[in-house]
Amino acid sequence: MTIQFNEETFRDDYTFKNSDWAIQRFPFPFHEDSYMYSVNMERHRGGPEGSIYEKRFDVDEHYVAEMRDRAMVLADDPLRCQSLPHMTLAGWDLLELIMVSKSEDYPDLFELHRDGDQWRWVNKPLGIDDTFTFLDETTLPYGPMEYITRQAQGDYCMLDQRDDNLWMDAGTVTTQADWSLDFDIGMNFFEWHAPVPLAHEKGIFVRALKFLLNIQQGAPARRLNWTMTVNPLLDTSPENYHRWGVQKTTLTPENIGQKQHLRVELQTFFRLPRSNALVFPIRCYLCNFDDMMTMPKWGRRLHRVIRDLPEELATYKGFIDNRPMMLEYLSKFDDGLPTSPGIWPEKESEPPLQT
Amino acid sequence: MSKFEFPESIRSRPVWGTLEPRAGLHHLMIADAEGAEAILDIATPELMAGAHIIFIAKGTGFGDKLRALNPAQYYEGPSYEASASRIQRVLQDAKMSTQVYLAGTEGLMGQAMCECTNAGIPFTAVQTEHRGSTARRMQCVHCKGITKDVAIDPFVCSHCGLNLFVRDHYSRRLAAYQGVCIDAEDPGNVPASKGIYE
Repeated sequence: MTIQFNEETFRDDYTFKNSDWAIQRFPFPFHEDSYMYSVNMERHRGGPEGSIYEKRFDVDEHYVAEMRDRAMVLADDPLRCQSLPHMTLAGWDLLELIMVSKSEDYPDLFELHRDGDQWRWVNKPLGIDDTFTFLDETTLPYGPMEYITRQAQGDYCMLDQRDDNLWMDAGTVTTQADWSLDFDIGMNFFEWHAPVPLAHEKGIFVRALKFLLNIQQGAPARRLNWTMTVNPLLDTSPENYHRWGVQKTTLTPENIGQKQHLRVELQTFFRLPRSNALVFPIRCYLCNFDDMMTMPKWGRRLHRVIRDLPEELATYKGFIDNRPMMLEYLSKFDDGLPTSPGIWPEKESEPPLQT
Repeated sequence: MSKFEFPESIRSRPVWGTLEPRAGLHHLMIADAEGAEAILDIATPELMAGAHIIFIAKGTGFGDKLRALNPAQYYEGPSYEASASRIQRVLQDAKMSTQVYLAGTEGLMGQAMCECTNAGIPFTAVQTEHRGSTARRMQCVHCKGITKDVAIDPFVCSHCGLNLFVRDHYSRRLAAYQGVCIDAEDPGNVPASKGIYE
């Protein structure tokens, strides 16, 4: 196999770590030295070789450990995976999309053999070899959406399209930035985004919805979003906030470089063929400050972005209390030199940190 | 009676209207407590000839006045929960010409709205009017338990005992606002409760 899967955890002893390869391909989300909400959509049709944009559904060294973590979350709380009754067909659409994409993009890891509606799916990293009848739920151990999303990194929101709106009518959500599928299921696009500050007033959601309603089959789109997480905790859910919230107070100037993670979401959007639903995968990538600072451009830029971020956003993203400590750490990696445009680290051409 | 003006809020928070008589053969009217006054305000003999009023008095004395309107059907129940199966049964027979009117507390309107949606009536076709208490039906995001008639913020979850703050984020499916632990990052540091709209 081409990818060496990590033995690691996203809870308790937190043995999660990024290899040099993973750091280099980390999706640093800031293309300039400041940040404000925007409809930062682009076509999802590949990207630089080895980047997280290259494949339709990126598989990396964290795959097996993330799937193990998801299974634990679902065992503790089955409400993290729900599908309203009219969304089963969309679940089959998603199963097909992921199986076809992964078997084509990673033929050494995944195989799909189709003979009419008799399908055989082989997932080598997870040791799965199942034969089932497409569109017959009784031949799978879970519903189609749950079956395939237990084998795919990232959260999956299934959006039904009707009344010129999108409705969050199904999903598997275990690596979320503090929102509850169980609470939001059934809501429309404006309702589930209701708690986000500033963006409504800027017309972001009206424009984003218009874009998403028009996404066509075979023409997926993508954007990056981000927040901050203390410890590499995937399951930052509101359901468990009373348990993990206190971890935010464990940062010290000594441990911040290891404990504080930038949490980046690669959000993609695919139109599904039978149901006309949209699937909205939200893939979470974590990188701690120390690892990010190995890229001089990212060090300079992250300091400037966090320093100048409007207070409402720092509050909404949950790090307003820790911002002074972050800035104290980050300022040491900002020598005031200009940065090149774009998100890529440009390690070869960007000057090293001047001390 | 003056109506409470809810402050501007986020997009998931429901916006309640003002009842008006609409053309239709059947008029299903569900109200609790002061919600009765919204029905009294629009009642006409023609409307009442096709009306089915379901009223939860909650200790108020509006029952006699509603009955005096002489609706085609009248039911008074001790609680929303007690009347729920009746509401479901009535909605089963609802026709295209049935108009639905909900009036009273947010908890009553939200739950009855849910039944309407489950019966296939779009929520946008249901009329509402808030009257009376502004207390909320709250779901604890942690234990999922519902605490009824919450008037203060923060409050204690009646199921798991966590201290929760009151969000404006609202789920029509649950007919509830969201309550989230207020002292997760500083256990025991709970500010004094005050009225939600104070």
